[in-house]
Amino acid sequence: MSTTNNELVKLTASQMAEKIRSKEVSSRELTQAELDVIDAAEPQLHAFLHVSADEALAQADAFDKKLAAGETDGMPELAGVPIAIKDMIVTKGIPTTAASKILEGWVPPYDATVIEKIKAAGMPILGKTNLDEFAQGSSTEHSAFGNTYNPWDKQRVPGGSGGGSAAAVSSYEAPLALGTDTGGSIRQPASFTGSVGVKPTYGGVSRYGAIAMASSLDQIGPCARTVLDAALLHEVIGGNDRRDSTSIPEPMPPVVAAAREGLKRDLKGVRVGLIKEISGNGEGFQPGVAKRFDEAVKLLESMGATVTEVSLPHLSYSLGAYYIIMPSEVSSNLARYDGMRYGLRVMPPADVPQTAANMMAYTREAGFGDEVKRRIILGTYALSAGYYDAWYGSAQKVRTLVIEDFAKAFEQVDVLASPTAPTTAFKFGEKTDDPLAMYLGDVTTIPANLAGVPAISVPCGVDDETHMPVGFQFFAPQKRDDAMYKPAAALEAALEETWGGNILTKMATPWLAD
Amino acid sequence: MAEKLMKFSEAVKKYDPVIGLETHVELCTNTKLFCPAHVEFGGEPNTQLTPVSLGLPGSLPVVNATAVDFAIKLGLALHGKINEWSQVARKNYFYPDMPRDYQISQYDKPTNGEGYLDVELDDGSIFRVPIERAHIEDDAGKNTHVGGADGRIEGADHSLCDYNRAGVPLIEIVTKPITGVGARASEIAGAYMRTLRDIVKALGISHARMEQGNMRADVNVSLRPTPDDPLGTRSETKNVNSFRGIEKTVTYEIRRQAAILDEGGEILQETRHWDEASQTTAGGRLKTDADDYRYFPDPDLVMLHITPEHIERIKAQMPEMPRERRNRLQTEWGLTDDAMRDIVNAGALDLIEDTVKAGATAQGARKWWLGEISRAANEQEKSLDDMPITPADVAQVEKLIADGKLNDKLAKKTVLGVLAGEGTPAEVVKKHGYEVVQDTGALEAEVDKALAANPDIVEKLKSGNMKPMGAIIGAVMKATRGQADAKAVSGLVMKKIKG
Repeated sequence: MSTTNNELVKLTASQMAEKIRSKEVSSRELTQAELDVIDAAEPQLHAFLHVSADEALAQADAFDKKLAAGETDGMPELAGVPIAIKDMIVTKGIPTTAASKILEGWVPPYDATVIEKIKAAGMPILGKTNLDEFAQGSSTEHSAFGNTYNPWDKQRVPGGSGGGSAAAVSSYEAPLALGTDTGGSIRQPASFTGSVGVKPTYGGVSRYGAIAMASSLDQIGPCARTVLDAALLHEVIGGNDRRDSTSIPEPMPPVVAAAREGLKRDLKGVRVGLIKEISGNGEGFQPGVAKRFDEAVKLLESMGATVTEVSLPHLSYSLGAYYIIMPSEVSSNLARYDGMRYGLRVMPPADVPQTAANMMAYTREAGFGDEVKRRIILGTYALSAGYYDAWYGSAQKVRTLVIEDFAKAFEQVDVLASPTAPTTAFKFGEKTDDPLAMYLGDVTTIPANLAGVPAISVPCGVDDETHMPVGFQFFAPQKRDDAMYKPAAALEAALEETWGGNILTKMATPWLAD
Repeated sequence: MAEKLMKFSEAVKKYDPVIGLETHVELCTNTKLFCPAHVEFGGEPNTQLTPVSLGLPGSLPVVNATAVDFAIKLGLALHGKINEWSQVARKNYFYPDMPRDYQISQYDKPTNGEGYLDVELDDGSIFRVPIERAHIEDDAGKNTHVGGADGRIEGADHSLCDYNRAGVPLIEIVTKPITGVGARASEIAGAYMRTLRDIVKALGISHARMEQGNMRADVNVSLRPTPDDPLGTRSETKNVNSFRGIEKTVTYEIRRQAAILDEGGEILQETRHWDEASQTTAGGRLKTDADDYRYFPDPDLVMLHITPEHIERIKAQMPEMPRERRNRLQTEWGLTDDAMRDIVNAGALDLIEDTVKAGATAQGARKWWLGEISRAANEQEKSLDDMPITPADVAQVEKLIADGKLNDKLAKKTVLGVLAGEGTPAEVVKKHGYEVVQDTGALEAEVDKALAANPDIVEKLKSGNMKPMGAIIGAVMKATRGQADAKAVSGLVMKKIKG
């Protein structure tokens, strides 16, 4: 074999797919190479909660057999390329925990719709990645099963909630991963790890089988190392699903074609609006982040894009609205974890009446972590009679205003832009004692979830002080995910030229032994 | 502990009763309200499940369109407003039989708005019951408490959960406070439930079998000194699942509350339950403001959009309503009001209609179902529906009579044979050789014999005294073991005498 394992795993997913199609490398060889990286990197990174090596190799073999028999016509371009799955998405026969003790040991009897699609695409599933418990957090420090470490700097968090998927992709443990994004859980970790993360239009990807955190905000999306890879994965998992009532029935514009178009680096006629309220020079924004963001904007202009500043006046209320709506839905969605049917069951001590109600109380007390409990209590309060109108009702009104703000802005521009996160990856423990500080970091990502619009994070450089990657975020109108892929791919291509390769080449990879 | 009760007649003289009914009707869709799990009564526990009906992590509900159509049908039958946009909401509370620990129901935007239902009372008068709303929701599973007395949770050592019923679609029909009921409160409550049962059956939206829990009612009762006073505090007796139980609950609650008020006491706002054994209601849980279900629109489900065009489509499929149908059949069959009411009260309307459809006359069909078959059903304490004879069987018997193959006596024996499980009428006739003697020669011989043996009767007949004809027929019947056609016999006798 002319390509070494290290060279192989550093390929982009689309390059891997090409090698598989040309039979230069088999899906099994590729899958095994990734499993070897996982073996070597996991003691340092802990991106995975469960590695499904046997299943992955069996899936790879099955695909290789199909390829040999010439039965892969009509399969997606990524056929045979392995993938990691955030442990918030149910996988038949593979333990799924949502990083919570309350689901420890649960083996789902069914596959999420996206998993069915991944399997139909012949993409071996490497394992399940770590996250903040029930996707609630922005650093993966709220996982019940330990931290995940940022591959760039092991003293820093990988972001969250999808820190595991982002760390796996940026460390070459997996070329691709699936995440879920309720308030930034795909995009912020992508920003923190120098990878690409996409939150599709709400309803663009089926939520069936994504463990619900906040149903009106949750969306499954791709994690990748390039914009094109993200687009390829987006097309594998997207599309209408009758099992999800909120799924969009009509076909969506192709995103892969848009990404390929962007790689030509011609943005003439593309109108980019910088969101004034979160443009990077405000309070709480790290200067190094603003600097890289501004440089990227100039690069967009140099490729022909028209850049203007656009105001979304109600965005400043979006964080408050989000932290009412999200916990309200959480409080209801997480009620089912009561010890009755699956997962953890804790019986009350002998001196306490052995009733179902007490069993539920003891189970939930033992099974949920502090952050999850905090949100359940907040949401229960917000939905209570007498408070509903003041809290949940008002928050929904703000949400409507935010949706209208986006709609108005998109009358003037094709895409909106902001830094993905106000800061680069912070250090472990820096924000765990101050939930509010942690929540404030979501100010840039939350608006897309509230408005249901798609957004993408692409790396735009490394902060000069922290030496950590910075993310650039594009927003597009609902059902126009294609509109953001084009400038994102163009920006990536232009930046990679200045860097002489992918941003991850700037990252040390001691776990990839030569 | 026996509660103090006031005499009913005195209670309704002293107080003005107001009742209200919240009726749960289980819809007979093939699948559950939010997933394709099969619905069937009496399946093995926990076999009718999908990830959705078990509330597994990641599962999502999708509304069963048939259930919504059923709600529209009911709305049309109740002269109700069908809301173009309605919303499904979550009712949050923890209970072991609730797979998600929230029920998916409707709150401030139900599918069906205000309407009314006219019910016919025993004296033939019509009482209009005002309907507040009707909404769709999913049922919970079923808990079985093991080790305690009477299957009650108190004293049980463990409980079992069966989630087969979880997710079965229900429609809850809520009346407005029904005022002006007076001494007829229980009669009106019972008549309302029966009328509603007939309607949902006619619409084909529920099996409507009370004993299987397809229909159950929460019965609200309150008293006030006069109709001009504001409504009194009500009690809510939950899940009463028989017509008699509902009537008795109303009577009992009126008597109980009147006794309390009479002594200057206060009615507690509470949920109670009807105890069939003691024929009383017993106190349950106190209703307090602390009951907070934290309703909010279910974010997993989009708003239901029912277009006027869709309502028109459903309207075109609406079957005839029970009362219209009864009026039509009464005219077609030429029956008096009383005769029709007997049929309805006996639960024989469908059976007689089907028998007529199978070729019998209305008179003939009515005679069997209200006569021989009803008698047998009463003896066996069964409903007519459960008797082992079909409308087609009865029509067949009638046809045999019309064809002169059976006489009344043989026909009765044949019906009894079918009821005894001996087979179809044809099989019973064949088995016992019940066929009327058709051979005129053989019959004539028997007539000759009878006439020869009774010369005095022959004389009387010849002189125009027809009274003793019966004796001759009887003799021939006896000789033919009852298998002669009486008409044919008398015809032959007349021929002989005149001849």
